[in-house]
Amino acid sequence: MQLQVVSADRSLVNEQVDEVGIPGAEGYFGVLPGHTPLLSTLQVGTLWYRQGQETHYLAIAFGFAEVQPDRVTILAQIAEKPDEIDVARAEAAKKRAEERLAAPVMDMDFERARIALMKSLVRLQVASRARIRS
Amino acid sequence: MPSLIDLRRRIRAVKNTQQITKAMKMVAASKLRRAQDRILSARPYAVQMQRVLRSVAARVDPSIHPLLTSRELRPDSKTLVIVVTADKGLCGSFNTNVIKAGAHYVLDSANPCTLGLVGRKGRDFFGRRGFEVLFDQIGIFQKLRYEDARVIARDSIDAFVSGKVDRVVLIYNEFKSVISQKVVVDQLLPVARADVDSASAPAAGDQIDYLYEPSPQGIFDELLPRYVEAQVYRALLESNAAFFAAQMTAMDTATKNSADMIGSLTLYMNKVRQAAITREIIEVVSGAEAL
Repeated sequence: MQLQVVSADRSLVNEQVDEVGIPGAEGYFGVLPGHTPLLSTLQVGTLWYRQGQETHYLAIAFGFAEVQPDRVTILAQIAEKPDEIDVARAEAAKKRAEERLAAPVMDMDFERARIALMKSLVRLQVASRARIRS
Repeated sequence: MPSLIDLRRRIRAVKNTQQITKAMKMVAASKLRRAQDRILSARPYAVQMQRVLRSVAARVDPSIHPLLTSRELRPDSKTLVIVVTADKGLCGSFNTNVIKAGAHYVLDSANPCTLGLVGRKGRDFFGRRGFEVLFDQIGIFQKLRYEDARVIARDSIDAFVSGKVDRVVLIYNEFKSVISQKVVVDQLLPVARADVDSASAPAAGDQIDYLYEPSPQGIFDELLPRYVEAQVYRALLESNAAFFAAQMTAMDTATKNSADMIGSLTLYMNKVRQAAITREIIEVVSGAEAL
């Protein structure tokens, strides 16, 4: 089936794939060819897709997934390939978010700090998976 | 009659200017190419977005969403006018046209208007003349990111939802081709029903009954703000490309004009030189005759 991943400023993936794993709003779900039509919002998470034996990973945050029997379209707000991820920056963001969550101050935006932490974790995860493979 | 040295100096000055305009034209041309690429690469997102929006809109009652409800315009209901200009000049009538269109819109409007200004030129013009300004965004074209569009979209949505304004329009230069830009006035909020109506969508893909996760309404709530963001982003990209196109054309004209000027100055300089030589010969000849 055809997988198309687009973010606001570019198209990342437009390929024939065998299986896709999507971080949906209510948990991860896998998609195989012939899936029932589905529209879902996305969370911060890892999107993966398999072509034969090879599995690729992308870091995704927010947006929509549209599933049709022979096609998956991902409209992501943020989407990054492993080799584009700045590991040092993600580490720094993770540390910052952890510190803010550990020492809460009045009027702090918990949700924002939590999202920042998740984003950095996902980025690190995707980056490290790619490194193991290569 | 100016002296030879003065003329030479002027020619040199014009030549220097010509070199600068030529370089600026080349820079604008390469930036234009990049800006055009960005418009193209943003297109798939916008297209898919519209498709998904229409397919969802067919299933939920869109009239209940605040971003879709057009309110009755009372005499005191405000319009937010977002004017997209550039940060820099040297681009012909690019800024003037869009500012003029914005000012006309505000002055001709029956309702009071408040302004959202993108780009330094617009802020300078409207800020100095005491228009009511809700927000401005300066220096975003240096390195245009989607985030910038998001901030503008969020401010507009906030103003609209809170009832501070009852309508939001977007005025910007659309990139038609390298030699022509067109000022367009787009309604941003409330989202036009025509954009959402599934009737105008190709019917085939829309007949499928989707599963929704979470609910159609939840997806719709997510989708509409994203849609507004994408529209603002597109306007910014268009304006950016149009700016470089305008600058390129303006600099090309300037280079041609300075070439003309160099030509006529050189001709004049040669005449002056000839006149000086002729005068000297006459002096020598008449001196010899006197002997």
